[in-house]
Amino acid sequence: MLEIKNLHARIAEDGTEIIRGLNLTVKAGEVAAIMGPNGSGKSTLSYVLAGREDYEVTEGEILYNGESILEMDPAERAASGIFLAFQYPMEIPGVATMEFLKVAMNAQRKARGEDPLTIPEFLKQVKAAAGTLDMDMAMLKRPLNVGFSGGEKKRAEILQMKLLQPKLCVLDETDSGLDIDALKIVADGVNALRSPDRAIVVITHYQRLLDYIVPDSVHVLYRGQVIKSGDKSLAVELEANGYAGIIEEAA
Amino acid sequence: MNMHAVPQRTSAETALIDAFGERLSLLPGDGEVMVKRDDAIELLKAGLPTKRIESWHYTDLRRLLTAVPEHDQSAKAEVLAPILEGSAVLPVLNGVAAANRLPTLEGVTIQPLAEKLADGSFAAAALDLYGSDDAIGALNTAFVADGYFVDIAAGTDLATPIEIQNVQAGGQTHVRFPVRVGNGARVTLLERQAGEGAALASSVSQLLVGDDAEVLWLIEQEQADTASHLAQFKASLGKNSKLVLFVMNTGGKLVRQEIIVDAAGEGSVFTLVLDHSVPHTTSTEVVRYVITDKAHGVFQGRINVAQKAQKTDAKMACNTLLLSDDGEFSVKPELEIFADDVQCGHGATVTEIDRNHLFYLMARGIEEKTARGLLVKAFVAEVVEELENEALVEALEARIDSWFAAHG
Repeated sequence: MLEIKNLHARIAEDGTEIIRGLNLTVKAGEVAAIMGPNGSGKSTLSYVLAGREDYEVTEGEILYNGESILEMDPAERAASGIFLAFQYPMEIPGVATMEFLKVAMNAQRKARGEDPLTIPEFLKQVKAAAGTLDMDMAMLKRPLNVGFSGGEKKRAEILQMKLLQPKLCVLDETDSGLDIDALKIVADGVNALRSPDRAIVVITHYQRLLDYIVPDSVHVLYRGQVIKSGDKSLAVELEANGYAGIIEEAA
Repeated sequence: MNMHAVPQRTSAETALIDAFGERLSLLPGDGEVMVKRDDAIELLKAGLPTKRIESWHYTDLRRLLTAVPEHDQSAKAEVLAPILEGSAVLPVLNGVAAANRLPTLEGVTIQPLAEKLADGSFAAAALDLYGSDDAIGALNTAFVADGYFVDIAAGTDLATPIEIQNVQAGGQTHVRFPVRVGNGARVTLLERQAGEGAALASSVSQLLVGDDAEVLWLIEQEQADTASHLAQFKASLGKNSKLVLFVMNTGGKLVRQEIIVDAAGEGSVFTLVLDHSVPHTTSTEVVRYVITDKAHGVFQGRINVAQKAQKTDAKMACNTLLLSDDGEFSVKPELEIFADDVQCGHGATVTEIDRNHLFYLMARGIEEKTARGLLVKAFVAEVVEELENEALVEALEARIDSWFAAHG
């Protein structure tokens, strides 16, 4: 489903190269964990996948279902089924959460040639999804993410993911800022989305989240490259021994 | 032609002076009113203000007012559906109060201003200008022909909103709305400035708020894109009274809205002058501009705090969203403070759409154009949501939506 080949990407503003020849393949149905120390390029990778303008791809290719997405803008990528759950979801004053959800869902439906949702159908879907995440509907009447706690913001991201039903989910440090109860709820939300035709990329600094979202593969990112791949035991090893050993081994 | 004695007049200046000669005999009012009109036209004869006049620095009226349409009695304007359903509508159509359609409200006296000027019951002093650079006041005093006088009796708690409609039909109109709100009365007033064609409209609202009274006044200016709209809102506040003023400007080619609260003066395209002359007053001004295409927006705001006005709490914020590289915005916030125990502040920002916000919305599949529209609307809606009247918030949001639908 996702094939990244020899990807090089830099910060558009100052030309600093962050991703330096990254290779990664994630199949449909797979949950892949990307781990790495601070500054290894984890968040940059997630932004590059989502199409953020601040980063430039200078070399290599990102294929999604066999086709390059590099020329697509963030909206087109999202409409094609790519979803990024942000590490720091944006607070947008003045945009009501419900209004935003409706516009986003209908924009994607429109891109797929479907009719817009009726108001009752929309409300029904939102209520159902919010219920499973233990979210209060009153919260959704507030402006998007404004005044939400860290945990509420992460839940709101997963809520959007449930409603938009993407094919490729990229979760950037979804565990940061979550207490253990919230972590379980969020992990349950993600696990419920596991399906043979969906790939999930979990970017995380710690192994903790992977106790709840058990990955099929684990990839270690260091200085913009995947330096080691393995199964879930690799994450356990990292937790026990840290990154130093693997970095040394790769060098 | 006398081209040597005075600087050459612009065609607009000439047209105004000629129009005064033609209109004078038709304008209502007794001798005292006529004296005010004469004084006002003398001021205009000296020339429209230019950028050399400080309060007009960013709005060179002499240069910007390029055409003055004639009075056109035959042009027709229609009453509009009110912004808030169930409002009592006071229509002025093409400059004339449509008196046969007046609503009756308990505790409220309404009289067309032409009648009041004619029967001598309108105090001529109300036509005084607030200074030698009060060009809008002068234009209006010289030509004012109609409008409404509204008197709300003390203690009236008016559930029905009053909507004053000043609807243009493309000609020249000059109207005035003196409104007196008695002690302890509560009222919501909407001042709607609308219409069609390349009109020149001057409109002056004079609000007198009694002690303990509460007024929510909304100005919605939705003139045609070819219209010149010169307006003043003057208010004097009684003890413990509360005035919430909300202005939404969405139309017009040349628009200047002056706001003078508590009779201190100075003006500009959009001027807020708050004069804190007594202790323990609070004021908050939030101004939001959205600049598109080649628009030029101007905000001049001044807060005066007299020496005896201790404990004044005054804040002024002007935020501008600049959507086009060709747009321009001028801002001049001023504080003049003579007291030493006050909290005053002002802030002005000019920003573009936040790229992070745009990215977030697009990352959810919302096309760039729609996402930008949502963010612009959010910028404006934030101010609207501050209003406590829920029906009004909804009505205004619907208007913002339709504006974006038409201009997006």
